[in-house]
Amino acid sequence: MSITATPGGPVRRLAGLLHRRPYLRLATLLSAPLLWLVVAYLGSLAALFAAAFWTTDDFTGEVVKQFNLDNFQELWSQTVYRTITVRSVGVAAAVTVIDAAVAFPMAFYMAKIASPRAQRWLVIAVLTPLWASYLVKAYAWRIMFSGSGVLSWILDPFGIHGPGYGLPATITTLAYLWLPYMILPIYAGLERLPNSLLDAAGDLGARTFRTFRTVIWPVAVPAVIAGSIFTFSLSLGDYITVKIVGGKSQLIGNVVYDNIGAADNLPFAAAVATIPVVIMVIYLVAVRRTGALDNL
Amino acid sequence: MTLSRGARVALRAGMIIGLAVIYVPLFVVLVNSFNADKAFAWPPSHLTGHWWSTAWDNGGVRTALWTSVKAGLGATAVALVLGTMAAFAVQRYRFFGRDTVSLLVILPIALPGIVTGIALNNAFRTVLSPLGIQLGLFTVVVGHATFCVVTIFNNVLARLRRLGTRVEEASADLGADTFQTFRYVTFPLLRSALLAGGLLSFALSFDEIIVTTFTAGAGVQTLPIWIFNNLFRPNQAPIVNVVAAALIVLSVVPVYLAQRVSGDTRGL
Repeated sequence: MSITATPGGPVRRLAGLLHRRPYLRLATLLSAPLLWLVVAYLGSLAALFAAAFWTTDDFTGEVVKQFNLDNFQELWSQTVYRTITVRSVGVAAAVTVIDAAVAFPMAFYMAKIASPRAQRWLVIAVLTPLWASYLVKAYAWRIMFSGSGVLSWILDPFGIHGPGYGLPATITTLAYLWLPYMILPIYAGLERLPNSLLDAAGDLGARTFRTFRTVIWPVAVPAVIAGSIFTFSLSLGDYITVKIVGGKSQLIGNVVYDNIGAADNLPFAAAVATIPVVIMVIYLVAVRRTGALDNL
Repeated sequence: MTLSRGARVALRAGMIIGLAVIYVPLFVVLVNSFNADKAFAWPPSHLTGHWWSTAWDNGGVRTALWTSVKAGLGATAVALVLGTMAAFAVQRYRFFGRDTVSLLVILPIALPGIVTGIALNNAFRTVLSPLGIQLGLFTVVVGHATFCVVTIFNNVLARLRRLGTRVEEASADLGADTFQTFRYVTFPLLRSALLAGGLLSFALSFDEIIVTTFTAGAGVQTLPIWIFNNLFRPNQAPIVNVVAAALIVLSVVPVYLAQRVSGDTRGL
């Protein structure tokens, strides 16, 4: 046999010790991941949100470590931040609605109409672009929307000017980027819905629309919500796409980024960063009651 | 199911249009990498392979690519160890706070990248700088590993759940110790799950830009950072486009590998 550990060797004794004490085994297994995720990651997050209650001295640029609510007061009182927050939520919501509207027919076709062979290929066709780089896809839309790009080439003969860079381009690009994240949960949800239920609805006299409303939709809603978690949260935190195709538009992510980079005001950036986190937590708590989280 | 003819046609049209929208922009990038016009006027009037050879000789691209590969391999190696350990703990033991561990693993990918990015940036600067460690490849690997753990964790967890503990018990009954059981029994059964998770983890790291921006420091450029820095320079546009086209072509590789891996598991 190729197994070489001799009985009584130090390795064997350690193995025996671990075997006899399950708690020692558990502690060993948990030590490294928890050290990393709790101490390094959660520690950093905690330090960041503690910093949100500090301020930066206007003259020296040094962080003043004294608890106060100045940052949040400024966020609340300056209308520009409210506008940007509303705009970011609006963009995220628009992306989610567009993705749901585009993804639903595709997922339905894949799950219920395509032959099993075609089904496999369609899943691959939808998944493949997920592996293509995020930046490459955003870049592709920058090319599409550019003045001499494909969209102008298509639209100009009709006398319409392409939208150029701006919020519509941002919404289009984000919807494109996160579309597979919406298709896959809906596809998975619809695939679990037995065909016999649809047949039964038809046999009992329901027409297409009624079958959709009473049989398909209740099954699909949790799946759509599960997909919306991805599309919504990914759009909410984004600042790269808006830089690439958004022209001069700003979203929450840009405010955070600018306060870290140019302004070097970490406390204020941390305060701004709490906005998307709070919105996502509210969203997740609201969504949890629908049971959609089990669909992830 | 019984669908009216109209609905069937509409759904088929929706599917075709959807796929077209997914693939047309990628196709345009591919064609533009051969577009002789530097401003990518559409449709291209002349085609050339010149940009591909220019990009191939570009030192910045090569360095950035190599940095990305190193960061991806480093982050994946760390994530493989941490993710597997966490998955074993959560799947094989009952303990207080078990659900919290699962949540903790998912958190780095659920929170907006910029939050993770500035949190790590702040921590690195306050904790590591006094120790003489500056932002660089090491901090990029640490940052990437944090959100890569979840991919390994999920894959190994699902595999362990399906395997059960019977084979391991049989191995112990036959006299193998804890390490031997892991090496000769559990690990070979986990291999394809680790491969699938590792592939996803590498792809996540290779593609990441936001956390990288905040953990890389000034001297280190991964490929996404290089693309982003050169995206707005008209002079570099053809090279950026070639890099983008090459990445689109390369994205077929993981899909192929993933299909192979999932094909393996079916034989299990």
